[in-house]
Amino acid sequence: MSEFEPKIVAYCCDFCAFAAADLAGAMRLQYPPNVRIIRLPCTGKVDAIHLMKAFEQGADGVFVAGCLEGQCHYLEGNLRARKRVAYAKRLLAEVQIEPERIDMFNLSSAMGGRFAEIVKEMTQRIKEMGPANTDRRQQPVES
Amino acid sequence: MIVADRKPLEEILDSIKDYKKIMLMGCGGCVTICFSGGVKAVELLASQIKIARKKQGKPIEIIECTPERQCEFEFIDAFKKDLESAEAVLSIACGVGVQTMSERHEDTITIPGQNTKFMGYPVEHALWEERCAGCGNCVLEWTGGICPIARCAKKLLNGPCGGSSNGVCEVDKDTDCVWQLIYDRLKKLNKLENLMVVRQPKDWRTSTDAGQRRVKFEEAML
Ligand code: SF4
Ligand code: SF4
Repeated sequence: MSEFEPKIVAYCCDFCAFAAADLAGAMRLQYPPNVRIIRLPCTGKVDAIHLMKAFEQGADGVFVAGCLEGQCHYLEGNLRARKRVAYAKRLLAEVQIEPERIDMFNLSSAMGGRFAEIVKEMTQRIKEMGPANTDRRQQPVES
Repeated sequence: MIVADRKPLEEILDSIKDYKKIMLMGCGGCVTICFSGGVKAVELLASQIKIARKKQGKPIEIIECTPERQCEFEFIDAFKKDLESAEAVLSIACGVGVQTMSERHEDTITIPGQNTKFMGYPVEHALWEERCAGCGNCVLEWTGGICPIARCAKKLLNGPCGGSSNGVCEVDKDTDCVWQLIYDRLKKLNKLENLMVVRQPKDWRTSTDAGQRRVKFEEAML
């Protein structure tokens, strides 16, 4: 059997993490291709339902990446996102999905290397945990 | 407002385990304000249920809807059509909403997804406390606007009891002794004489002791 390649969704703030991802590319840094980035005007836009929908539609891991704390362009967007990530962790635990499958990271637009590291770290973590098994297509058919 | 708290997910999943298509109905009234039953709560619960059922290999279809209020026929009737294809309704309104749906749709079962707790208000953001027990004969006039029925564990009318200590109730160290609060308030209002009257036992027939209660507003009746 081929190695499990997790699907990871990253909600990235336009000002920092998204720019950092761009920089990582410009720096020709290598990182696993498992991540699908969703660009947001601010991580404050992330609601628990967005995080849940990713899992509902088959993601194995999700992370939110916003500006360093205290440096949000909208002052508190990233602090709100942190709370919502914590809320989603609780909702996931209720459906027996490991809360570690979702996380929040903070970085600046200059941290291209850190972005690559985060992607590696998350991909490794989810690979070790295996599939989240929320995608119907991966399900064994009930007899 | 009515405050309700969502049932544990496990209990909800068990109550809908036999169905493949349900309607999940929230309420735009009180339970939206206490975060447990509004549009967002419906979306999140639907997502949790769908994930849990996919994991079990028994996917479920969910029709999501949130009427303005679930406790009036006019509002729930708007979803009659959508209901036709559902095997059951999971309601996250208060118990009144659940029963309004049950009575309106006798052939479809409406399952409660919430534990309805009390009538109260948010004392701070996202924290609600009980304030009225609907006793049917309000005493707030002589208690300085503080309810001993809803807030005293013993429902005393001539409190406090001997368990009141430094303003705290003996039943729970995080709860104020409501009779201390009443005393302090009446003192501020210069109405301590209210406490010199020995109150007679309350007639609980105006409360839930005489069964189903009813309120009529003659002039507005059709
Ligand atoms: S159904 Fe219950 S929660 Fe909704 S408006 Fe009516 S009383 Fe309030
Ligand atoms: S005295 Fe009765 S009606 Fe008045 S607030 Fe208390 S429980 Fe409600």
